[in-house]
Amino acid sequence: MSASAYLSGVNLVAGGLLVLTVAVVWRRDLAAMIRLLALQGLFLGAIPVLAGVYHRDAQLVVVGVAVAALRAGLFPRLLRARLRGEPAEDREAAPLVTTTASLLAAAALIIVAYVVAAPVVRLGPDGPARAAPVGFAMVFIGIFLLVTRRKALSQVIGLLILDNGIDAVAFVAAAGVPVIVELGVSLDVLLGVLVLGVLAGRMHAKFGGTDLDELRELHE
Amino acid sequence: MTTALLSLAPIVIPLAAAGLALIWGWTRVTSWGNVAASLAVLASGVGLAGQVAHPVFSVGHLLRADTLTAVMLIVIGGVGTLATWSSIDYIGAELAEGATTAAGARQYATLVPLFLAAMSLAVLADNLGVIWTAIEATTVATAFLVGHRRTRQSLEATWKYVIVCSFGITVAFLGTVVIYLASIHAGAPASSALNLDVLAAHAGRFDPALTRLAVGFLFVGFGAKAGLVPFHTWIADAHSQAPGPVSALMSGVLLSVAFSILLRLRVISDLALGDGYMRVMFLTVGLATLLVAVSLLVGQRDLKRLLAYSSIEQMGLLAVASASPNRLASAGVLLLIAAHGMAKAVLFLTAGQLQHAHHSSLIADIRGLLARSRLLGTTFAVGLIGLLGLPPFGLFAAEIAIARGMAADELAVPLGAAALLLAVGFIAVTRHGTGMLLGSSQRDAPALAVSRTAAVPLLAGMVALTALGVVGGPVSHLFTTAAAAVGGR
Repeated sequence: MSASAYLSGVNLVAGGLLVLTVAVVWRRDLAAMIRLLALQGLFLGAIPVLAGVYHRDAQLVVVGVAVAALRAGLFPRLLRARLRGEPAEDREAAPLVTTTASLLAAAALIIVAYVVAAPVVRLGPDGPARAAPVGFAMVFIGIFLLVTRRKALSQVIGLLILDNGIDAVAFVAAAGVPVIVELGVSLDVLLGVLVLGVLAGRMHAKFGGTDLDELRELHE
Repeated sequence: MTTALLSLAPIVIPLAAAGLALIWGWTRVTSWGNVAASLAVLASGVGLAGQVAHPVFSVGHLLRADTLTAVMLIVIGGVGTLATWSSIDYIGAELAEGATTAAGARQYATLVPLFLAAMSLAVLADNLGVIWTAIEATTVATAFLVGHRRTRQSLEATWKYVIVCSFGITVAFLGTVVIYLASIHAGAPASSALNLDVLAAHAGRFDPALTRLAVGFLFVGFGAKAGLVPFHTWIADAHSQAPGPVSALMSGVLLSVAFSILLRLRVISDLALGDGYMRVMFLTVGLATLLVAVSLLVGQRDLKRLLAYSSIEQMGLLAVASASPNRLASAGVLLLIAAHGMAKAVLFLTAGQLQHAHHSSLIADIRGLLARSRLLGTTFAVGLIGLLGLPPFGLFAAEIAIARGMAADELAVPLGAAALLLAVGFIAVTRHGTGMLLGSSQRDAPALAVSRTAAVPLLAGMVALTALGVVGGPVSHLFTTAAAAVGGR
């Protein structure tokens, strides 16, 4: 693969990641959000695969496939299994702010991401590191989803987008972190999602729903 | 060779104990096995203390032990021993009353040693990414411990705990990735670019803008787990809902384990950016944390929340003190970690007993302790005096060392502000504490009977807390050398 083909490949994937992230902000239907998240995982896995083909490094291809399997396969599956237990009225994300305001906020966060990511881009302005702002934008939008969506599952989705964003930064700027770290991180995130899934189930049994506004007994 | 074994033991032995508990459930053997695993962590810490004047690596470069590691292992093992020991009484009583099931007890017996192993790994790992993994693993291991009681409130506390800590720790992962970029661009080999020593060796050549970004993310992320503002909110909920022994572990050690990583970060940040950058963060976040904690201490109505906010207060003080990287203040910081850990363990274990007897943890419901129970009255009083930083307890010596160290670094103004806030906190805790110890109790106040398995760890904790303050010599040497390990000059 030529250098320019590799670069345009990464740019294309990065653009796709950003579009998918904004689309998650736009949708309210949790099932649709999970589908978008799965697609995002697939795009994320494509970055190390592209780098692996370009650098002729089989390990990177394996990492990419594993990332895609986890983030496009397992995580969405776990979330979907959880969603099936919810009654119909709990299958929407219940945002605190309107969709229009959310999209405006997402646009502002993307601009912030370009400013914050400047030192990372400077490391390799002609290489794939140019796409690093997309990763930061996913991080910030993930945080935004985390604080403005009031359903248990939508908070988990926000957390996973945040995590995908960090992986995207690592993949475009440094071909990923050392394998032992990637392994530990993936295991922790997987366990975290499982724990949150069990908790959402218990919440459902105790409160008859997973609306986080029910969580208001503990305060000062 | 012995250092390799001593470095592996605090991780492997608790893991083995967890495995046994998973297979056999809550039995006499497995519950005492957890106590033995905690004692093994303690013994490894003591053993390492004499051998690691310089960092010693083992298992390739996966583990790294220095004096800070030894101090932290001693705190983890010490508080862990008290917590697992009193868990025998706690779970025993719950099983007898039908408050938990055999499956719940098995889960408890498995998760507590896993929690200990994760904390040991966090202070032993050399690679920042592995440290990150270990800290996140503590969240996973403690989630169902906080939610052990399965009430509405404990479920709410668990959800908030897991979400806030996962979020914080994810931000720290972003910091880890960015500092990794800085490291490989400064010429570090990719496979070891996150190792603490490699980071320190290359820090002089880090890109400053990138390092500022990374340190900022790492500070916020690990700070969330250490209970620093603005992500302190989970602490009062989680500590008040968790079983007493788990609160003791979280408050006494988990917070300071996370904080010790900020001390490691300070070494790297100071080399790359100079003292100023982290000093500003430590001072602003530390003072803000103190302010928030103290203001919530004053009107507090719940005993366990009171103790939780006092932990946040101590973490704020640690942060303010860490602005001063000289050896005296750093030694004070480490002594504070140890003394606070012990005092909080005694207090949370006592609070657990009181909550069980009163079916309430409201301060207004728990009065006249000294007259009603000689044991609980004494442990509560001693723990409280130790926590308030009065002589002869360790916290007193620690606060003096911090004050002198900060004064030497010309940080008198923030020191004065911190002292003022601490004074308000002191008055608030004293007022609540004296009411509970000496106030007149209601006529229908329940009897405060404490079983022998619960009494022994309480007394042992009280003795250890007092000994830490009274025995100066060998201990203070350990704290001073450990201060050098985190860059104390």
